[in-house]
Amino acid sequence: MNNGKLLIVSSSPHLLNNESTRSIMWIVSLFLLPSIAFGIFAFGAYAGLVVLFSILFSILTEAAVQLIRKQKVTILDGSAFLTGALIGMNMPPQVPLYIPIITSIFATGLVKHAFGGLGQNWANPAIAGRVFALVAWSKYMTTWTVPFDADAVTTATPLGALKSALLEGNIDLSSTFAEQVGLSKFFYGPIQVLQSLPGEVIKTDTTYFNLFFGLKGGCIGEISVFLLLLGGIYLIYRKIVSIDIPLSFFLTVAVVAWIFDGTRFGLGYFHGDPIFHLLTGGCALGALFMATDMVTTPITIKGRIIFGIGCGLITMLVRMYGGLPEGVSLSILFMNMLTPMIDRFIKVKPFGFVKK
Amino acid sequence: MSFKKSFGYRGAHPDDYKYITNKNSISFTDVPDRVYIPVIQHIGAPAKIVVSVGQVVEEGQLIAEADGFVSANIHSSIPGTVAAIEERYISVGKKSKTIVIELNGEFRKSGKNIHLTDWKSMTKDQLLKKIKDYGIVGMGGATFPTHVKLTIPNGKNVDTLIINGAECEPYITGDHRLMIDRSEDLLEGINIINKILDVRNIYIGIESNKKDAIKRLKTLCLNRYNIKVVPLKVKYPQGDEKQIIKAVTNRVVQVDQLPSDVGVIVQNVATVIAIKEAIVNDKPLIDRIVTVSGSGVKEPKNLKVKIGTLLKEVIEECGGLKEDVKKVVIGGPMMGFAQYDLEVPVTKGCSAVVALSEDDYTDFIPNGICLNCGKCINACAFGLAPTVINKYIKYNLFDKAAESGLMYCKECGACAWSCPARIPLVQNFRLGKDIYKKLTEKKKKNKG
Repeated sequence: MNNGKLLIVSSSPHLLNNESTRSIMWIVSLFLLPSIAFGIFAFGAYAGLVVLFSILFSILTEAAVQLIRKQKVTILDGSAFLTGALIGMNMPPQVPLYIPIITSIFATGLVKHAFGGLGQNWANPAIAGRVFALVAWSKYMTTWTVPFDADAVTTATPLGALKSALLEGNIDLSSTFAEQVGLSKFFYGPIQVLQSLPGEVIKTDTTYFNLFFGLKGGCIGEISVFLLLLGGIYLIYRKIVSIDIPLSFFLTVAVVAWIFDGTRFGLGYFHGDPIFHLLTGGCALGALFMATDMVTTPITIKGRIIFGIGCGLITMLVRMYGGLPEGVSLSILFMNMLTPMIDRFIKVKPFGFVKK
Repeated sequence: MSFKKSFGYRGAHPDDYKYITNKNSISFTDVPDRVYIPVIQHIGAPAKIVVSVGQVVEEGQLIAEADGFVSANIHSSIPGTVAAIEERYISVGKKSKTIVIELNGEFRKSGKNIHLTDWKSMTKDQLLKKIKDYGIVGMGGATFPTHVKLTIPNGKNVDTLIINGAECEPYITGDHRLMIDRSEDLLEGINIINKILDVRNIYIGIESNKKDAIKRLKTLCLNRYNIKVVPLKVKYPQGDEKQIIKAVTNRVVQVDQLPSDVGVIVQNVATVIAIKEAIVNDKPLIDRIVTVSGSGVKEPKNLKVKIGTLLKEVIEECGGLKEDVKKVVIGGPMMGFAQYDLEVPVTKGCSAVVALSEDDYTDFIPNGICLNCGKCINACAFGLAPTVINKYIKYNLFDKAAESGLMYCKECGACAWSCPARIPLVQNFRLGKDIYKKLTEKKKKNKG
């Protein structure tokens, strides 16, 4: 009847979604490529080398660990590639090559595999790797170059320049500043401060347009908010990335910036510039691609919204009151560690369940 | 475009594959030479056999009677001689006593609608007794005896009847065709049930991928003010009893409650038509509509099949299986049972036969790695956290698993369908439930 062939017997359901772990990892990686390509285009071939070595050593580490532990080698599932790509994207363009290499080995070997491999890591490996590199080689990790500049002249990131200007106090923050910029505008502050700085500190012209399309100093993969947003929106549309984290992350950053950031410029509450904070630093890269790592985020929608709000709050706390200019990776790392706690307390309620 | 109702934001969206058979009217099969009628065809006690080997039976004659209140009568689907009474595997994978009947004699019921009973003069109890006598069970797949469901316990007030035409399982189009081809019978069946229940509101819930059925029933119900056709969102598991109640009436049946506790009775479309046939045409439940579909079958069809026909004959009727068939499932692909051979009989609850070829076949990864993505949580209409329960089972923490709601799982398969790690969640839950039940029994014994 069935041509002598045996029929397969298994438990229901007999239909499965096309989506698999492997397809998710590769699709996310695919949508990082435009941003990487833009980074290489802007900072030159050396930036490509940095990304390439990050990816290569992430994959090699995974293969080595799995061979040593006599496990099945799973480098084709795309997760090591994705980790490597994210590490590369989080590197400054002129970083010495040993830094991405060691970071990749640390991230994949220690953060991911020492805790049991895929699905077991306590933090997003790329985030942990970036924070590790930032602490270990802070000088190299904060040296930036001007995009689309053949001589690779060093510059500062918008957030970095702003932070040092405010810390050094060499800008006039007296009440006259507010009058200078004119109170007729709705947002004031960072953009005007940066534009008033002397040319040798920040060599890119700070406008919303430049910040959005990537004409600014920064990591290889974080500069073009436009391309990151494009990829992110597609992934959200395909339901590969859930919208709850990016949305709550962005909204929290925007609201906190609007309410409190104005105080740094002597403008009082409700005078901050949310758009500046959304367009600078790793905000887009972090919220769309790094904070949404499934393994290290809560499983419930409510939990994920808490996660996003937490990330946004800590990011803004670091940016406004911390010593570092940038807080996205620290906030994600912190919330990654809080995730098991969130999952413990935020639970779903069974349908029709009443407490007795 | 009217607003489509649904049960909440959770649920899964598998491709429905209805296009394969939803244009095919119901066709008839050849009469099988032998039928194999198991005594387990319903939820509750197996029926008690009342015939012996060698006995001549007529079409529609009682061959096994209900054993207790929650049980159902079983009738011969063909006229003939009882050839054997033997143990055979049935579609759910367990063995059941089976009455084998060899064709012999004349059909007195099939194809003949002459006998018409004037049911309007019958009392409620007479109607219920007839439904019980004629062995009607829920035909959506659960096969709960219908007379039990329609007997409302004292003190409960049922004001709403929902006719379940959601048919949310992929591939199945039997109810869809019934709603179009036999819509008058459906409405008469609804009238009969209404005579028994005497409700205020009657809703026919239909998923909106059956536009022609919605249109046809809406036209027919134009001057029937108490019947409302409710288009539902296409979402799995919309056809689950508790979910369709939530979708249509917004009432929540609590975990330890029955639908009648919130004043609702749900009946499947095919059941309503079976009730009509029993009451009006004096026809016991001896045949049913089976959708034969899937990429592994040559000519997909909606067939009217005699209960007890072997699967292989049903499939032969549809041109046979294709070369690359991998799996043959009785029931829908989400909750049905995969068969290891085609020698199993069609029973009262068999709504479809789905043959999956290589293209549609995906393997589970038994030790797949959970990524904590939470997709299973968004898929679970019953508000459970499948990933959490699965981990508890994996580490043998069955009490914890039960605390997290393991026993409320309906095994609908939405979570396993949506899992990107392809973990066989439903299989693990079945195992976990079994072990948990055994452990609690043991505990009780030790205490007592």
